[in-house]
Amino acid sequence: MIWKLFLAFIQVGLFSVGGGYAAIPLIQDQIVNIHQLMTIEQFSDLITIAEMTPGPISINSSTFVGMQLAGVPGVIICTIGCIIPSFIICLLLAHFYYKYRDFGGIGTVLASLRPAVVALIGSAGLSILTIGIFRDGVIAVQNIQYIEMVLFAVCLYLLRKFKTNPIMIILGSGFVGTLLYLAV
Amino acid sequence: MKKKVSAATLWQLFASMFILSSCTFGGGFVIVSLMKKKFVDDKHWLDKDEMLDITAITQSSPGPLPVNASVIIGYRMAGLLGSVIAVLGTILPPMIIISLISLCYEQFRTNKVIALALQVTRAGVAAVIIDVTLNLAGKILKAKNSFYITMMVICFIAVAVFHVSAMFVILSCLFIGIISAVIASRKEIA
Repeated sequence: MIWKLFLAFIQVGLFSVGGGYAAIPLIQDQIVNIHQLMTIEQFSDLITIAEMTPGPISINSSTFVGMQLAGVPGVIICTIGCIIPSFIICLLLAHFYYKYRDFGGIGTVLASLRPAVVALIGSAGLSILTIGIFRDGVIAVQNIQYIEMVLFAVCLYLLRKFKTNPIMIILGSGFVGTLLYLAV
Repeated sequence: MKKKVSAATLWQLFASMFILSSCTFGGGFVIVSLMKKKFVDDKHWLDKDEMLDITAITQSSPGPLPVNASVIIGYRMAGLLGSVIAVLGTILPPMIIISLISLCYEQFRTNKVIALALQVTRAGVAAVIIDVTLNLAGKILKAKNSFYITMMVICFIAVAVFHVSAMFVILSCLFIGIISAVIASRKEIA
């Protein structure tokens, strides 16, 4: 049983390509359809929890499945299985990156990846901003949530002007925003 | 990579990853933004270009982005042991939190205040990512290389407007990069 879980999550780790939401259908295929470790209802609950809590969805699902099926040892086995493929692959990539990044050709290749990464980070920020400010993430004037909009503007101002610690910004926005909502 | 690694470095690596991972709601790019702030701006362990390269590598390999980034940053700071320590720091918070929640899931899901707090926090998370984007984009704009600026704009439109997958964008740019490296080396020979 434990061994089966371990093998199943090695496959989850290997096939959760693309990260974040891109990985959800791939993980679902492995856990729900192929290995049948969870029902589709449990899996959609898990996505809800994963959205509400920190951490990557594949780690969240390995923990959730492990806990439900085999308690704490299950959590550890499933999670190790889940990260082993990417651990080995990234270790190799890191090794070659630090060995060869100063060679001319590799430098050119890496330099052309950087603008793409900035664009990816920017568009991730934009999509979180959209669901953060507009109700249900639908962009329309009547959907604007003003408390969130002001909160966003203040946070961005603090970050740009005073280089405030981002963790303080994240925790602070949650705390202040909740108080404002409860007060209104 | 052979330099002696102090216990203090390992501890800082673990503690940084643990704190960042505890505060990362909503996908891998949030933690990349936080890692950039922490390791580039605060600790000066990495430079900006290195952080972007690491992000590109983590995007192009399978597995969760925060774990991949921890493997590489850990390796950079303290070799294999560093990778293990950094990954532990990253996976422990979600493991602990999800284990606890899975024991009392019903109460958690229906709690109004928790739902509210998680909803408003998105505004702060968005501000952090956009701040980091502005810093990084500023660096590319300042270099005044019109090729890279055009690539950045095209990639942004492709992802934000047309929802092209991140993996596809990275692989396409990798392809373009390899071609331009080949052209550059041909010029050198000629």
